Amino acid sequence: MGKFSLEDVNNMYVDVLREIGNIGAGNATTAIASMLGLRIDMNVPKVELMDASKLGSAICPEDEIIVGIFLEVQTDIEGSMMFLLKMGSAQYLVNKLMMRDADYKAEFDEMDLSALKEIGNIIAASYLSALSGMTRLTITPSIPYIAVDMAASILSVPAIQFGQFGDNALLIETEFGDDVMIDGYFILMPEQDSYDKILTALGLSM
Amino acid sequence: MSQVIRVGMADLNVCKSPDTIITLGLGSCIGLTFYDPVSKIGGMVHYMLPDSTQMRNNSNIAKFADTGIDELLKRVIRAGANRNCLVAKIAGGAKMFEVSGVSNVGNIGERNAIAAKQKLKQLRIRLVAEDTGLNYGRTVELHCDTGEFYIKSVGKPLKII
Repeated sequence: MGKFSLEDVNNMYVDVLREIGNIGAGNATTAIASMLGLRIDMNVPKVELMDASKLGSAICPEDEIIVGIFLEVQTDIEGSMMFLLKMGSAQYLVNKLMMRDADYKAEFDEMDLSALKEIGNIIAASYLSALSGMTRLTITPSIPYIAVDMAASILSVPAIQFGQFGDNALLIETEFGDDVMIDGYFILMPEQDSYDKILTALGLSM
Repeated sequence: MSQVIRVGMADLNVCKSPDTIITLGLGSCIGLTFYDPVSKIGGMVHYMLPDSTQMRNNSNIAKFADTGIDELLKRVIRAGANRNCLVAKIAGGAKMFEVSGVSNVGNIGERNAIAAKQKLKQLRIRLVAEDTGLNYGRTVELHCDTGEFYIKSVGKPLKII
């Protein structure tokens, strides 16, 4: 067990994560824009440190249905990450990708879910490659897993991961889009030892 | 007028007839209820992890099965429930993502459900119903007038256990 605890997270570390989030989200939106043939703007990501048990209601009411894409990461950093989209944003992205009308609305079928996984894949890989570039650590993501369910149910997964070694969780919100803005949320969950590695690699050892 | 009492994540509370106690969107966490059908007093704990003794930071007792269930028992008895009449029901413990790897994300829900059963056995309180596992979230409500435990999931019919 490392000595690091999320309670010790300082402003500098949050700034670093914001910067990683910024670069990662930049990479990700560029990738998505070229995939969908869009011109995309984005805002500076917001990084929020919060009580892990409050994660369930952090992005919307607990029983609102959202899309969660989950990947495990390994090699130099062990842990997992999540990318979350509200239903409206997920539907919009899928419609773009499937070349449907923008206001088309229906329950996601297998193809839609597969498209969302691919979006999650691109976003997560872009984010991780930013982290990898800054830390010079090798980070390999697994295949993406997807769930469409109540926000609190999906967010119980990161809440439990963070809950294992403290009471705080880090949530990164990004906003991107062309005419319609899309809200996406990242949660990076390194195992305890990997926190030390990230901080050391960034020259921020505690 | 009956009231609805909300229980959050890593939280617990007690409830009396005709009120209802609910928790929204259980994922891999467990919602465990105690209910005394005679006094119609009950309670619910929504815990996240199976074992407080494995953790360095275990100050929030409602976060863990062992300490959370003990505390809930204390609270329902203090509220007027008879320990000998108490029955338990559990829901949740889902595997939200079909992860195949070695990390503990895959089996934490299952471990949470097992922890409830072990603790109840130790306390000698009967588990009368459960709806655990699988891969979807659950909103659960204990109706203290009847002791019925309602389970609501996305795209599934209401289940009463």
